[in-house]
Amino acid sequence: MSFDQLYNLLDRFVPESIDWIVFTVTALILSLAVINAMVLCTALYTWFERRMLGRFQSRIGPNRWGPFGLLQPIADVIKLLVKEDVIPVVADKAVFTLAPVVLLVPALVVFIVIPFGEQSFLGKLNVGVLFILGVTGVNTLAIIMGGWASRNKYALFGAMRGAAMLISYEVPMALSLIGVIILAGSISLADIVSSQGIFYILVQPLAFLVFMAAASAEMSRAPFDMIESESELGAGYHTEYSGIKYAIFQLAEFMAPLVTAAVATVVFLGGTKGIDPIPGQVWFLLKAFSVVFVLLWVRATWPRLRVDQIMGFAWKGLFPLSVINFFVVAVEMFALQEPDGTVTNQSMMIMVGINWVVMVVSIVVIATVLGQGKLQHKLPPQPSSLANMAASEGD
Amino acid sequence: MYGLGMVRGMGVTFKNLVLPSRQFAVQYPNRKISLLELARENDTNAISFAVNNPIQAIKALTGFAEVPVRLDQHSRFRGEEFAWYEQRCTGCASCAKFCPLGIIKIVTDTSGKYEQDGGKYDIEVFDIDIGRCMFCGLCVQACPYDALHMGSGFEEGVYSRNDLVIDIERLKAAPKKPSTWYRPQIESQNFDPQSGDTREYLDVGRHERPSQDQQVDRWANR
Repeated sequence: MSFDQLYNLLDRFVPESIDWIVFTVTALILSLAVINAMVLCTALYTWFERRMLGRFQSRIGPNRWGPFGLLQPIADVIKLLVKEDVIPVVADKAVFTLAPVVLLVPALVVFIVIPFGEQSFLGKLNVGVLFILGVTGVNTLAIIMGGWASRNKYALFGAMRGAAMLISYEVPMALSLIGVIILAGSISLADIVSSQGIFYILVQPLAFLVFMAAASAEMSRAPFDMIESESELGAGYHTEYSGIKYAIFQLAEFMAPLVTAAVATVVFLGGTKGIDPIPGQVWFLLKAFSVVFVLLWVRATWPRLRVDQIMGFAWKGLFPLSVINFFVVAVEMFALQEPDGTVTNQSMMIMVGINWVVMVVSIVVIATVLGQGKLQHKLPPQPSSLANMAASEGD
Repeated sequence: MYGLGMVRGMGVTFKNLVLPSRQFAVQYPNRKISLLELARENDTNAISFAVNNPIQAIKALTGFAEVPVRLDQHSRFRGEEFAWYEQRCTGCASCAKFCPLGIIKIVTDTSGKYEQDGGKYDIEVFDIDIGRCMFCGLCVQACPYDALHMGSGFEEGVYSRNDLVIDIERLKAAPKKPSTWYRPQIESQNFDPQSGDTREYLDVGRHERPSQDQQVDRWANR
């Protein structure tokens, strides 16, 4: 049910003069439904993530509380809610309190523009891609706020690393989306979905890979969880947080994969498109679920990168790849597009062939160049002057 | 190529996900059990088990069924709850002298009213503070009469430090399941404390207990 349908339904029962009340009530109802659904989904997702991480690492995961541990998120929330909410004496109280909310709101707001059906059911925005890029950029601010207001050196380290990393990864993410925008000829998410005769993951595999890597850095998950690297920084920017504020941070952090999966589904996996008897919403959920699964798989497998490796990966790896993709798609569009600016499915098949070759070649070239660099700069191991005292006395 | 190892790593974790043989974690003290496993433990198939005990089957299907798990442990495992045989103990306090932490306290009755029965003291206090015990077993090695043995259990958690002091009443009441550590005479009998059976004081010594005649011969007729 979209906003318009609900609005027209409610509008019948009230006089014309107080339409603004109907508008507000409709918006409140829909946003309440969406926010609660998202929070519930996130709670379920934490359970799923922990169970799957357990299986991936030959463990069992939470299985004590409820059937298969399903009530574990509820237990976690109750525990976090009844804990003491400590604000450090030296902290900047206003900013400290505001930071979790600033991190949570962008994750929720992105769902305004996600088209779950034919249209997004909250708002019709014809600049959906720009909106998503702009809104998700706010989480840099939230992390800086949390780290700065805590007045804790580990929190500040985490926040500064986070700022550097998030701003760097915005660039390849936006550039990889530009290829999609060129191909679709629109920045409205609904138009991008409807223009996908062949899913863009096939037409632009390079853009998809770059987008997923940049997005998992944007939400600071492993292998890019430099912001809260537990082995070095305690917990990073939320070291000083406890109680409900910590719970909101965790909520935002676990909601991020769901948001990313929804965006990736819409932009690259064809959104609600699928084979006919099964409704589009089910296809959307299936695709989003598979994206979430891949994100989890990556998180369960790969170790964390160092700070310099992360920045090098963004600027030396992902940035050239996304520029290559952007140029190749632009040239292909110049050659293959119809007079009215659209692309037929036959042209897209040609693009699929070219782009897969380009992807393999460019990844191999860039990986080899980066790898050669690693090999050349590798110094021979230098033994400590103290370690071999007996040997040095001999000569 | 730079990065192929990362792809191989993802294969390893995917094998962990799908292969049941990679799931080797032991769930102690209770294990969640599925319907198939439950039926196999009862030597039936799942359908007939579900027909016969539907409540157990529903519990198993919804993930609520549990079975207790015992961990494998060697018979020489040095556990808590010392096995002490008061019939063998002479109150010599060798264990207390050899304890490196000094956590064994023995008070004997010196009134001499048992002296004609073979010079045995009456033991009034025998406290072992296992809260500070490191289970080195020197007390067991020191015991000349094989009266004190290491125990075999380990589930002795309590809520107060004072409850960790084992007094003489608890030592007398403790199940007589001695660990076979430093006691080859019990181990040669193939005694396993985990099997549930106990050992009486006549069976745990290195030597035969002298008969009444031998004792009279040794002490009264000399």
